Amino acid sequence: MKCHHCDKQATVHLTQILNGQMHKMDLCESCAQAKGVTNPENLSISSLMDKVELEVDTGGNSMVCESCGTTHQEFKKGGRLGCEACYHVFRPVLDPLLDGMHAGTKHLGKVPAGSVSRIKFERSVESLRGELSEAVEKEDFEKAAKLRDELRDLESKTKAKA
Amino acid sequence: MFHNILSQEVKGKKTPKAIPVTLSTRIRLARNLRQFPFPGRAEVSQKRAVLSQCIEALSGIKHLNDSISVEVDDLSELDRQILVEQHLISPELSQVDEGSGIVLSPDRSCCIMINEEDHLRIQVLRPGLDFNSVWKAADAVDSGIESAINYAYDCELGFLTACPTNLGTGMRASVMMHLPGLVMSKNMDKVINAVNQLGIAVRGLFGEGSDANGSIFQISNQQTLGESEVAIIDRLNTTLKSLVQQENNAREKLLQDDRTKLTDKMSRAIGILKTCHLMQSSEAMDLLSLVRLATDFGMLPEKFRGLADKMFIEIQPGHVQFSAGKSIEPSSRDELRAEVLRNHFARTPSLVLNS
Repeated sequence: MKCHHCDKQATVHLTQILNGQMHKMDLCESCAQAKGVTNPENLSISSLMDKVELEVDTGGNSMVCESCGTTHQEFKKGGRLGCEACYHVFRPVLDPLLDGMHAGTKHLGKVPAGSVSRIKFERSVESLRGELSEAVEKEDFEKAAKLRDELRDLESKTKAKA
Repeated sequence: MFHNILSQEVKGKKTPKAIPVTLSTRIRLARNLRQFPFPGRAEVSQKRAVLSQCIEALSGIKHLNDSISVEVDDLSELDRQILVEQHLISPELSQVDEGSGIVLSPDRSCCIMINEEDHLRIQVLRPGLDFNSVWKAADAVDSGIESAINYAYDCELGFLTACPTNLGTGMRASVMMHLPGLVMSKNMDKVINAVNQLGIAVRGLFGEGSDANGSIFQISNQQTLGESEVAIIDRLNTTLKSLVQQENNAREKLLQDDRTKLTDKMSRAIGILKTCHLMQSSEAMDLLSLVRLATDFGMLPEKFRGLADKMFIEIQPGHVQFSAGKSIEPSSRDELRAEVLRNHFARTPSLVLNS
């Protein structure tokens, strides 16, 4: 019998009952150790995930991050997210996990001031551009001219700062 | 060759004196760049783009003047192994394919891994127990990078990381501790359980999944979200202080209850180190641990503490192979390791016993 994760011979056989359904998994020794299943005290993310699934039937199995292609299944299996956007996509299944994993669920540490203000700027430029093309489409040229000036202002201000 | 640089003594910098129980302090910050998938999901071309952006940002940082940057790809197996043994890179980074890199400061106190599990892993390492200066240095490098690069950051969740266990501060603060008293008195399991309850993890010498050879343990915070960096460090410090206290109590008790047995062990360790002709690294770790312990008891001159610490690293397989100057079989490695130890411990005095 082959290991669920690699092609090695499986020597650890797990049976778990989740939501009244029996799940079997065969693992080789090194994968079993890597997943922490040989040490019941070692609370791995995937074991935490199973708990979440037990408590709330998330129905999130079809979730997928459009930005990087990470699926909920992959996240459950490896415990890793693929990109920034995953944090929005998987937020519903992530929140209960974070609660058990950390001292709190809100960041109280360092704030990267530069990144935050640059991101804010990018976002306002983006939204102005959106409004501008909308105005052009609607042939509201008066508004478009105003938005174009605002955009120019915003961009020149940042250039001056840089 | 890269390992030639690594084997050189650090110049122009006084190494702080080795102290009992605490070997070294480290802080690691996990960071990712905006608009790139995390390394595990990235194409090689994206990893390359991240790598060059990071190296450029790092080149502008004062603290990192004259640092060395290399791609992991360009390093030989032996170079990588030596970096792992010196705790400068993780075993995971040593296994990666294209597009990952390392930036190492000239004094080797700061090593940045690029495209490991996260785009950036900023690490600062100092001997002894010194969270204050280690945090300050890591914070400064981080701010320096951030002035040139946009980080993946969320106001509520903090720094976004590939693994949610690092989310928030992205900070892992850790201390390498030498705890032979707690190991010999068989109290280590109890201690591990107790500190785990406090959100603090205990691992072996080479991190996750490694053995605690030589009674050396890595103690670190498990939680990264919901507390500030300083609060995490404070909490860890409180636990560390109590661990040092418990270790010292355990040592005193061993000395009181089993003085002869303990001194016999330490004396034999020196005997073996002086005379061995074949030595495996795990046995060497345990013998060196006893040398460090004897020094802490004042039974050996102070300089043997630093020597034990140096040897903890130099008897690792990669270092032994490097000292041979060629690829050698494991059995000749044991022979060579024994020779290195014999030379270093040849003139070790007998233990000073005043009881």
